[in-house]
Amino acid sequence: MNVMMLLEMASAAFPERPAFTDGSTGASFTYQQLFDAARQRADSIRNSGAERLVKLDVSNLGTPLSLFASAWAGVPYVPLNYRLTDGEIQALLARVTPAYLVTEDSRLSALGAVTDVQAVSTGSFLDDAQHTNATAEPWAMDPEEIAVLLFTSGTTGEPKAAVLRHKHLVSYILGSVEFAGATEEDVALVCVPPYHIAGIAAIMSSVYSGRHVVQLPNFSAEAWIELARKHKVSTAFVVPTMLARIVESLEAEGAEDAGLPHLASLSYGGGKMPLSVIEKAMALFPNTDFSNAYGLTETSSTICVLGPEEHRNAAAATSEQERRRLVSVGQPLPGVEIEIRDEDGQQVPAGERGEIYVRGEQVSGEYEGRGSVTDSEGWFPTRDAGSMDADGYLFLEGRADDVIVRGGENLSPGEIEDVILTHPAVADVAVVGVPSEQWGEAVAAAVVAKAGATIDTAELQDYVKERLRSSRVPELVQVWSELPYNETGKLLRRVVRTDLAAAQS
Amino acid sequence: MAALKMGARLKSTVCEGEIMVVIAPDAELEMTCGGAAMVDAGEAVTPSGEVHPDHAVGVAMGKRYIDEAETLEVLCVKSGDGSLAANGALLLQKDTKKLPKTD
Repeated sequence: MNVMMLLEMASAAFPERPAFTDGSTGASFTYQQLFDAARQRADSIRNSGAERLVKLDVSNLGTPLSLFASAWAGVPYVPLNYRLTDGEIQALLARVTPAYLVTEDSRLSALGAVTDVQAVSTGSFLDDAQHTNATAEPWAMDPEEIAVLLFTSGTTGEPKAAVLRHKHLVSYILGSVEFAGATEEDVALVCVPPYHIAGIAAIMSSVYSGRHVVQLPNFSAEAWIELARKHKVSTAFVVPTMLARIVESLEAEGAEDAGLPHLASLSYGGGKMPLSVIEKAMALFPNTDFSNAYGLTETSSTICVLGPEEHRNAAAATSEQERRRLVSVGQPLPGVEIEIRDEDGQQVPAGERGEIYVRGEQVSGEYEGRGSVTDSEGWFPTRDAGSMDADGYLFLEGRADDVIVRGGENLSPGEIEDVILTHPAVADVAVVGVPSEQWGEAVAAAVVAKAGATIDTAELQDYVKERLRSSRVPELVQVWSELPYNETGKLLRRVVRTDLAAAQS
Repeated sequence: MAALKMGARLKSTVCEGEIMVVIAPDAELEMTCGGAAMVDAGEAVTPSGEVHPDHAVGVAMGKRYIDEAETLEVLCVKSGDGSLAANGALLLQKDTKKLPKTD
């Protein structure tokens, strides 16, 4: 069991089909070319004696080549975040030596000097792959071998390296993707960073289905729309902040329709999708199927999906209960089990908030140097808070650690945020706990006004009071121009908490 | 008879068919393709002999096959003319639920 097998099957079934195209340069690989290049680079990696392949660069043809060549060579693939500071990158690099580093020209001399790092430029990694004529040994079929080491974004503390073995990734693909399910006209636009689990999953699922991937290295809404039109893109994945910008950009064009008739499916995930954004997007893309995917690095990507039919039914529904399903992340994939548990590890009744636990073949739950954090029955505690309704639809409610403890009462920021977001003047909101002498923690909110709207903070507090118990009314409300997000759309709640705590004292 | 291991690759000796074991049962069993015992994919054996007429529906790349009890599951990685069987019982093609594209 090895992820190279996915590419082997694809290149046997449709060797001449385009596999990857770099959207910024137009360079591309067919499936056969990618397979041949992987064999040659696997040989180089083995000869180097390196024990990891590190890729530090934006998305380009070197990205899928690095993933498959390292699988063939039998060394873990380690994509690093190129937005980190030089100091942070050096610290992570030192944790994965001896390493074969594929990176941009501008970083070669500095990082090539690091002990036990053999650095090559992405350009020569790709060029050499076309000219040498190696005959690499076959890849290992041991399902326990490590395929990918992925540093989690670490919004708190030092980044952890999540361990994904070949068995996890292959199980995920076999369980969720139909082999050769795509037609020659299917084109996927991939704009998530290569060091994000969604970026890795996109490579594998596109290859196994036989889709042509167009890569967008640096996201902007304008570039996304332009590439999607140019390549007649049929499927894409975005994080909520990206979709919000695409919607804004289309609205600025004055478009009533996105003008992307080929876009059959658009999926999103990686953070909470505001109801207003998804409703507008569905109006702008009337013929597009929307899916919401929820997954984690530790679960080899998607574990829960809200499908297109469910989107349409919820959008057309009149009852609040059914409309709410539009902000659900849907139901577990086949082979994936999900439970909501309280602090004592007991399963909670439908509709009640608790921590999300997940189990399945694709679930790793393992970190380098710490082993597996799954329990004896294979359940992985996600640290995400959520609830599941009586029909098995999962709702996310922030991180388990984000719970606000006010006077001994546990409050969910998500519950309060959902109410504030329904206020007509509010575009975005983050609710956090700030230190309080009286209560231990007090509820505080940072809100962003919609364009042209003004927020009256006292009126907003009354608005919450009319809808929730008084303990949930924010004692502090600040109007901000925007909330802090990282580049994959994750709200930096810690930053909000620090700033609001400082404002309060 | 041999114990199968998850991830192991086997090939047919009478056609081009090749499989990978996805779920392996605890018990030992004999895997056949086209009615003839399969061998480790790494062995230097070129297909020879005849596909047995009762085992000639074929295997298709990308399809998964299971036994009646669902304790054995294999993935076909190369198509062939022979059908798969475990201890003489033909395997069944597994239906896969079509899921929305998510990544």
